[in-house]
Amino acid sequence: MNKVNAITNNAENWMQVRRQGLYCVPAEAYIDPHEPVERAIITHGHADHARPGHGEVLATPQTQAIMKVRYPEDNPVRISLEYHQSHGLKNNINLWFAPAGHVLGSAQAVVEFDNHRLVVSGDYKRHDDPTCKPFEVVKCDTFVTEATFALPVFSHPKLEHEMSKVLRSLDAFPERAHLIGVYGLGKCQRVMKSLRNAGYQDPFYLHGALVGLTKLYEEFGQDFGQWIAATELKGKAREEMRGRIVLAPPSTLADRWSRSLPDMLPIMASGWMQIRARARQRRAEMALIVSDHADWNDLIRTVEETEASAVWITHGRTDALEYELRKRGIHAKALDLIGREEDSE
Amino acid sequence: MEDFSRLLDELYFTNATSAKEKILANFLRSTPDPDRGWALAGIAGTLRFDLFKRNLSKSLILERMDEELFKLSYDYVGELSETIALAWQVSENPVLLNKLPGLTEVISEFQGRGKEGIRQYLVELLDNMTPPQRWALLKLGTRGLRIGMSARSVKRTLANMKSVELEVIEELWHGLEPPYESLFAWIDGKADIPDISNAIRYLPVMLAHPLDEEKDFERITPQTHIAEWKWDGIRVQIASNGDETRIFSRTGDDISGSFPDLVEAVDFHAIIDGELLVRKNGEIGSFNDLQQRLNKKKPSAKLMSELPVHFRAYDILSKNGESLRRLSLESRKEELTSLFENFDETTFSMSKPLAFSNIEDLKKMRQQAEQSNGLLEGLMIKDKSSSYVSGRPKHAWYKWKCDPYLLDAVLMYAQRGHGRRSSYYSDYTFGLWNDKGELLPIGKAYFGFTDEELKQIDNWIRKHKMKRFGPVQEVKKELVFEVAFDSAHNSTRHKSGYALRFPRIHRIRWDKPASEANVLADLEKLVHD
Repeated sequence: MNKVNAITNNAENWMQVRRQGLYCVPAEAYIDPHEPVERAIITHGHADHARPGHGEVLATPQTQAIMKVRYPEDNPVRISLEYHQSHGLKNNINLWFAPAGHVLGSAQAVVEFDNHRLVVSGDYKRHDDPTCKPFEVVKCDTFVTEATFALPVFSHPKLEHEMSKVLRSLDAFPERAHLIGVYGLGKCQRVMKSLRNAGYQDPFYLHGALVGLTKLYEEFGQDFGQWIAATELKGKAREEMRGRIVLAPPSTLADRWSRSLPDMLPIMASGWMQIRARARQRRAEMALIVSDHADWNDLIRTVEETEASAVWITHGRTDALEYELRKRGIHAKALDLIGREEDSE
Repeated sequence: MEDFSRLLDELYFTNATSAKEKILANFLRSTPDPDRGWALAGIAGTLRFDLFKRNLSKSLILERMDEELFKLSYDYVGELSETIALAWQVSENPVLLNKLPGLTEVISEFQGRGKEGIRQYLVELLDNMTPPQRWALLKLGTRGLRIGMSARSVKRTLANMKSVELEVIEELWHGLEPPYESLFAWIDGKADIPDISNAIRYLPVMLAHPLDEEKDFERITPQTHIAEWKWDGIRVQIASNGDETRIFSRTGDDISGSFPDLVEAVDFHAIIDGELLVRKNGEIGSFNDLQQRLNKKKPSAKLMSELPVHFRAYDILSKNGESLRRLSLESRKEELTSLFENFDETTFSMSKPLAFSNIEDLKKMRQQAEQSNGLLEGLMIKDKSSSYVSGRPKHAWYKWKCDPYLLDAVLMYAQRGHGRRSSYYSDYTFGLWNDKGELLPIGKAYFGFTDEELKQIDNWIRKHKMKRFGPVQEVKKELVFEVAFDSAHNSTRHKSGYALRFPRIHRIRWDKPASEANVLADLEKLVHD
């Protein structure tokens, strides 16, 4: 991108941080607003980015479908854009989506205005994920990044390494139901697919809260092999979960339902599991480090690859990333966005 | 070292105490001497030396990492060893090992090397380790292993391995030294029980339950119980074989060095339990006075003459090498009296039972304690027939503390906690208003609330952030805590000029406007210096 242009046409002049979220003035559109607005560009389906009640929603077809499952009553005007499909907004603003590698349908919103390109990456990762399109680097003038795991202590291991821990444990404890706590959108499906790739052949047992989105993934062509709705198994039927993998929301790790599983081994899959105390807070007896966000090195690498002259940081460990990027001579600043869960994944 | 690291991980991630004990027992059975003894020492916290200083690992990481990023990481992770274990960068030309050394080799290498050698060896190990192995080494090396296993649980594991009563291990434990070869020989059935008759050892103290006024009064009568003052000093144990004397804190730390005047005064062969106090101008001094002595590793002659030590004896555990722990409290008190018959009252005194004939008398005595300007914390009420049992047996001893003082203070700053509370804002600094309408900090507290309340407060803090000072987060001055504390003192620690003893969060006053919190003048009235 043209550096001179980046200075004359500074995105600060036409982007604003408002109470509702990040706002593009000439397009009259918010990106991932956390309150209902007239026009919303949604990067992906997680609840702290995709909320109901907007007048018009611009998103990928997958994200639209996820929002329909999550908010069946919600009925905005939906404008679905495939990756790389251009769409003209008010005042000659061009919008298109590039894959973000975060969850199914996750996108970076590319906003082009008067020879300036701004990329709002939403949440993203660079590690393998067999359930969504990999992240694409889009060179730009202004890059808006997350900072969920922006500390040098976060270096996410290979997915295969973490999955092999579960398989080894199944061999060692064939009498125990292995309950993995996972978030319903993305993590659940990525863990299932990765376990299949690692050689797990028995059925999965899915908590009812995970069924809807898993079916949606299947509609978009994902194959997880056989799975059984675990919450429908009662009494003796639960015995078949011994030595097999059960998936359920993290909150169930310490609840009554999970205690009814045969000799349950609580496992938690999340990027936070790198910190021991976090795993203990969840009462997990095995911690799988599976993150859907970029780790420290990937955040810095990504910012550098975009060649952006300005970097805005939305949420997470903003102070560390801002510090490191400035040290590298990149103009970085933290946006004071509200409504993002500091520790969500 | 691999085995040890794996053991720690297994223990750390296992929830149930009984399962932890099983894991430890299996490890101790399947690991040879002396590795198992050193592992046991690491876990039980009985290593007597640091392998390296905490500052060494910190300086090594700062050579490899930006200081600002280190601070942010440490603040977030909440634990130094884990921060270093995760953020460690392998040296440019690392010495690569085929295999990590065993635990015994690691310990003897560190002990046998000089300063520079220790530094090189630590780098070499860290370069060759995975993050969990680094964590194990760093925790072991600075004796800070916290894997949710108490010393008592470790002893219970050993007792179960030998199928003996826990008390048998308790009696032995502090007479033995790592790597515990004689202990394991006995457990394995290859030798007799270790002989510890001449060792000067600490015996874990007996503790009291708080008195439940509704349920416990009916158990208490002058025939069955004695009452005595609960002094506000520190609980210590004096152990002497007549030649050599040691003073142990309640947790078994050897604090003899801080109290040479007390060590000097001992000329009996016994283990006694009591309260360490100081005297000031001939009278028993306040806890604040005692604190000046506690902070000194080597007190000056001047300090010792200004604040001479005084020991008030509560109990006796052994005399002339013979254990008295199984005798009744009544008999032990008699033994204690005979031991102190010829003692100089300036350094030693007996805690004498207080006469009472009914509960009303006890209530009056507790009120008296409240008027003692903080010298007395309340009353102890003990079953006369109780034998001396380490730990906190039910209905043997009660403590009945004076009611705490309560003030409504405003939350000013918060810091993230450690361990189980890592990443939650769980340390709170609060203050009172001065007459100019400014808030001045009076103290800090990090307990007194439930886990659920912790989450609520944490959430509130995240929504009311102001400036940040390193790890300290300033918040909007809007949340009121009802703070309980045992006494208040003048102090330079806080800007307000006051400090509280044993402050804790008594209640969260979500409903109360900050402007209606207490003022400093209310605290001033409670100071008794």
